[in-house]
Amino acid sequence: MIENALRGDKRYWTWVSALGAVVLVGVYFWFRQFHLGLTITGLSRDVVWGFYIAQFTFLVGVAASAVMVVLPYYLHNYKQFGKLTILGEFLAIAAVIMCMAFIFVDMGQPFRIGNVFLHPSPNSMMFWDTVSVFGYLFLNIIISRVTFRAEKKGVKPPNWIRPIIILSIPWAISIHTVTAFLYSGLAGRPFWLSAVMAPRFLATAFSAGPALLVLIMLVLRKISSFDAGKEPIRKLAIIIMYAMALNVFFLLMEIFTASYSGMPEHIDHFKFLYFGLDGYTTMVPWMWGSAILAVFSLILLFNPKTRNNETFLAWACVAVFASIWIDKGLGMVVTGFTPNPFGTVTPYSPTFPEVMISLAIYAIGALIVTFLYKVALSVRARMGQGYEAAH
Amino acid sequence: MYDAGKIVTGLLIFLLLITFPVWYNAAMGKAQTRPNPVVQTADEPGRDTCVLEGDEMVTAHMNLLDEWRDTVVRDGVRMTETFNGHRIEMSLSRTCMDCHSNKEQFCDECHTYMDVEPYCWECHVEPRQAPEAAPEMEGGEQ
Amino acid sequence: MSVDRRQFVRLAGTAALGLAAAPAAKLIASQEETASSEVMHEASLPTGEPKTAERWAMVIDLKKCAGHEGCTKCIDACHDSHNVPDFGNDKDEIKWLWKESFGHAFHEQDLDYVSDELKHRPTLMLCNHCDNPACVRVCPTGATWKREDGIVMMDWHRCIGCRYCVVACPYGSRSFNYRDPRPFIDEINEEFPTRMRGVVEKCTFCEELLAKGQMPKCVDACEAGALVFGDLEDPNSNVSQLLHEQFAIRRKPALGTQPEVYYLV
Repeated sequence: MIENALRGDKRYWTWVSALGAVVLVGVYFWFRQFHLGLTITGLSRDVVWGFYIAQFTFLVGVAASAVMVVLPYYLHNYKQFGKLTILGEFLAIAAVIMCMAFIFVDMGQPFRIGNVFLHPSPNSMMFWDTVSVFGYLFLNIIISRVTFRAEKKGVKPPNWIRPIIILSIPWAISIHTVTAFLYSGLAGRPFWLSAVMAPRFLATAFSAGPALLVLIMLVLRKISSFDAGKEPIRKLAIIIMYAMALNVFFLLMEIFTASYSGMPEHIDHFKFLYFGLDGYTTMVPWMWGSAILAVFSLILLFNPKTRNNETFLAWACVAVFASIWIDKGLGMVVTGFTPNPFGTVTPYSPTFPEVMISLAIYAIGALIVTFLYKVALSVRARMGQGYEAAH
Repeated sequence: MYDAGKIVTGLLIFLLLITFPVWYNAAMGKAQTRPNPVVQTADEPGRDTCVLEGDEMVTAHMNLLDEWRDTVVRDGVRMTETFNGHRIEMSLSRTCMDCHSNKEQFCDECHTYMDVEPYCWECHVEPRQAPEAAPEMEGGEQ
Repeated sequence: MSVDRRQFVRLAGTAALGLAAAPAAKLIASQEETASSEVMHEASLPTGEPKTAERWAMVIDLKKCAGHEGCTKCIDACHDSHNVPDFGNDKDEIKWLWKESFGHAFHEQDLDYVSDELKHRPTLMLCNHCDNPACVRVCPTGATWKREDGIVMMDWHRCIGCRYCVVACPYGSRSFNYRDPRPFIDEINEEFPTRMRGVVEKCTFCEELLAKGQMPKCVDACEAGALVFGDLEDPNSNVSQLLHEQFAIRRKPALGTQPEVYYLV
């Protein structure tokens, strides 16, 4: 089965080698970072978490989003998603592995990371986040393996896997909830101190994740024999629409609370994001870009004509993904540190090595998705031929 | 067997590669001399014995140090007793190195031979060697 | 009997589960260890009579401090004795004790109409050794914790450098070693370790000196008598007396962290 990942045409190998090259460049910079320390990143005494942790947070959302195909299929018996669940789970596996890699490169002493398990600290949200992310990876590996083997043999999956699949649904919700708790429980960081953070994280997850899945499905239809079908993509579009609408709604809630209460320590962060603070305006074009993309995507998604047109839908998905990536992958983490505990601004932007290491991790994720999808789709293609031949 | 030639050649190359260290050492390597750490001791009473008996110290010093660091840093307890009843401070850079003051000849001698790299000295400060004594010791060692 | 790949994976999985169970057992066992270490404590008092307290705290008299403009004796004493490096830039900076303007230290106070002198008055910053420390709550490895006597300690052997404590600290009291500090220490104090890159550090109220019966370095070094250190639970201690007689403020009391560094304005 796995050998399918090693058979491919020229296009396949060009793609794989390109990703491999990005990984190699990133590994080189990671070795530099390992020897010199995190000083080669843009992080500072005041901004101690940056691009790496932001990507981690964003990707936990992508990982959790698999539940948006698993839940309708297994709980509501929505058969149209039958062919998609495995692809959602594979995407989740790749996303979780990327999350782990981002945590690993962010550690000051990465090889002591086992201390989290040697000295378990239930009082720390990071401990629970580690447990939930590891558990989620484990669940998805088991589930995708068992269900896919059954599909390959043309039999029903064994009964014992069903409770595990059902467990994976609240587990997916939990990984992003606990990730939000990493931030939202800190009295000293007013920007994150918001009860709506976990719900908003889930809304962003359930819009950006399925948006990525739709884009992958549309690409797969072009480059492979796999066709997800029109109906499942339309259903996903509805999910994306509601989740994205909720995301924007929650963001407006945050802005209302901060601005109407007028509390400086809350409003300052939003000033920094949308207007600049003390002359520091790096985030301003990004955040307005994110807002415009969000509105643009909602216009395309709300209108059934554009939503059901796959070209417009593709644009909407790109806009959703980009809007949320800017919001979570750029703005959310750094703004928690701006202004700092002394009310002043310490600017942060990722350095070249930091970006290259991050790109390498994304490339690793893309490689994992490529290999897993290649295996799954090759097996399905052969089964399809066998099926046609037999009839 | 299909492709027997390719498989056998592949296997041979694989065997050669994984046994490379053996061939390399046989051809180019030279025998390591057994490590001979310099165990200096101070003359003052209470300082002429080690924390544990010598043999135990050789095999268990890393466990002892691990225990010490937790006891001192985490429990705030700084004093302990040697196996024969002397009160000592649990301190690597003071108690241990007061007697075994030459890190190179005492610690590194074996650690280099065994190829272990404890990171004690990335933070703890090794005792400075008295400038006049250093050349003599080095001469004696080589 | 032959083990095929799948059986092997299953076996390995079972073994991994066993490994995961081990720390839990250790957690239970460690509670017994703590009990026995207390017995050991009584049997082994260090040579110099250690200074002990139920609750260490510090009172900083800003007027006395401001009377000695440009004085950095306490900071130098602290940083020299604890091998705090000087990288010469703000980005990698490590500091245990430093001066911030009053306006920055208490920026959430409404300072519009106070004198410029007060707004710019140098204010010493250090770890507040909170009664309810956010850093301790978030540490995923127990590398930072609160001692019985209130000192918030660091175990640099255990810290994994995740910096969650720095994120949680509302006071900006913690510094991370972005690079190897050793080359940037002017003169290394052999009595105290340096740190390695990738761990977090901060003031520890000189617990290593208290154990030897000495006062914290900064308190000893201050000639103005602006730094007062003592036991808050002892009504006759100098800190208790000062707090009883004068009005003192703490940084960000609304957060519920209960900082134990008090400022006399």
